[in-house]
Amino acid sequence: MVPTAFLVTVAVFLLIHLTPGDPAAVILAESYTPQAAAAIRQDLGLDKPLPEQYLFYIVRMFHGDLGRSVRNKLPVTQAIGERVNATLELGFAALLWSLLVAIPLGTLAALRRGRAPDIIASGLTVAGISVPNFVLGILLILVLGLLLRALPVGGYIALGDSVPDNLSHVIMPAVALGTFGAASTMRFTRSSMIEVLNQDYIRTARAKGAGAWRVVNRHALKNALIPVVTIVGLQVGAILEGALVTETVFSWPGVGKLAVESIFSRDFPVVQGIVLLSALSYMFANLLVDLVYAWLDPRISYS
Amino acid sequence: MSTAAPTFGPVKERAVGIEERQPTGLRELLLDHPRILISLSLLVLLAVVALLSPWIAPHNPLLVDADNPRLPPGPGHLLGTDELGRDVLSRVMWGGRISLPVAFVAVGVGLIVGGVTGVTAGYRGGATDLLLMRLVDGILAFPALILAIALVAALGPSLKNAMIAIGVVQIPVYARLTRAQVLQLKSLDFVTAARALGASPIWIVARHLVPNLLNPLIVQISLSAASAMLAEATLSFLGLSAPPPTPDWGFMINTGQSFLVNGDWWMTVGPGAAICLAVFGFNWLGDALRDALDPRLRR
Repeated sequence: MVPTAFLVTVAVFLLIHLTPGDPAAVILAESYTPQAAAAIRQDLGLDKPLPEQYLFYIVRMFHGDLGRSVRNKLPVTQAIGERVNATLELGFAALLWSLLVAIPLGTLAALRRGRAPDIIASGLTVAGISVPNFVLGILLILVLGLLLRALPVGGYIALGDSVPDNLSHVIMPAVALGTFGAASTMRFTRSSMIEVLNQDYIRTARAKGAGAWRVVNRHALKNALIPVVTIVGLQVGAILEGALVTETVFSWPGVGKLAVESIFSRDFPVVQGIVLLSALSYMFANLLVDLVYAWLDPRISYS
Repeated sequence: MSTAAPTFGPVKERAVGIEERQPTGLRELLLDHPRILISLSLLVLLAVVALLSPWIAPHNPLLVDADNPRLPPGPGHLLGTDELGRDVLSRVMWGGRISLPVAFVAVGVGLIVGGVTGVTAGYRGGATDLLLMRLVDGILAFPALILAIALVAALGPSLKNAMIAIGVVQIPVYARLTRAQVLQLKSLDFVTAARALGASPIWIVARHLVPNLLNPLIVQISLSAASAMLAEATLSFLGLSAPPPTPDWGFMINTGQSFLVNGDWWMTVGPGAAICLAVFGFNWLGDALRDALDPRLRR
């Protein structure tokens, strides 16, 4: 974990140096003057040797300072912090949607293996991973938002302002963002469930006269979900990835939208900050998955 | 000699795997697995339409017709026209000439760089392995799309940079796949025999290892073509791929979205369907190939 985190910081730090030519010129674009360029170079520390720049970057990072936005001079941490809540809400809702769909359908598909529910579920799975979230989002806007006028087509109302409005705005983006994950979780749940249902202890439970419901709920599901934790954990880490697009489609003022805006306004410090944040949260999610895994399945131990 | 003492269990299992991977003819493969045939036909159809679009597209995809903006689908324009009066159907057909090659080039980059990395790491082992795989872990530490977007943002939005970025993101999966396979294969008797006969490492890799890598790679190529298509569509939707007025599916959806509120659905639905069909085709093909080629799943 530590070497990887080191690599991540180096990569994020070097990102700006990938820019062909002078990053200051790229950031300034049309408003380029030698003075402004020099100011930006000094601001970003680009006038110093690379190792010194990196050291400077790391030291500042540990002080919680990721630099300032080129666009509005706000500290990067503050710019991101203002947007984090909206993204967290969206991510949580998307995850909820994906689990609510995936686990029951995956279980059903495993129980009715090879029959209609299984075939339908596997069709939905392939469809779910083949429709890009922005296409799904636009379809939802078209049908639920514009045709049926059932839900608002975009925007965000803070939870504190109005709970029903907040919820009605989050439904479509959450479905658009969560469906891809739902498809892969469903596939995982199905195969894991099939494996568990073939185990001896399930046969024993059945032999003892436990009903189908009880076998699934009390005996099979708990064990079948252990490997599912992995895939769900990876999705949590990757939420920001999908949020980038979904937030753009639905004008959702979260970190993803901030990232896109910052790319177009060449606000490198903010882009760097978001990339760093997403890589670190992705790593953290992976670590968490490993720990939860060991806790759920006592046979696994990390030495 | 780095070969460990022979352990019968696993070696026997692997040997069965190799035996079953005997090449079957393409015809049998297609006939025995209708899913492969169908998904492959879908992809071939898309490719042919894209390839032939200069001749079969009803209109010039770049031709601006200021008198007929945002026409609904009708006889003259089967999928309507966009905000500049350009024919949507023609643009969708031409769009395949951007999206499909991007996917292929990106997968090619991932396959070649990742494959060479994985084979080298697996075959050499030791410090080389450690170093190369740490680098791969470094790429894996980033959510794929974020990394691709960050790369494009740094390199500047263009078609070429989109290909590079999507290709870089594809490297880890190939590196890990080939490394794992090579590690497994290199301890088998036929490799030891080749080495004992004095074959050079390059010969062993090319003649003995690569042919055995092909099946899992073919499956992976199809699946990562799907994810590369998705990534390209996403980048271009965000405006980070080919610049306008290039007809590009993702960006067409981006521009079409602003006209949804007027009820102009055709500008987004056409390119959206094209993306879904292409990604679906590759995903489906990958799944079907895995069922057909992976002996462990054969039942």
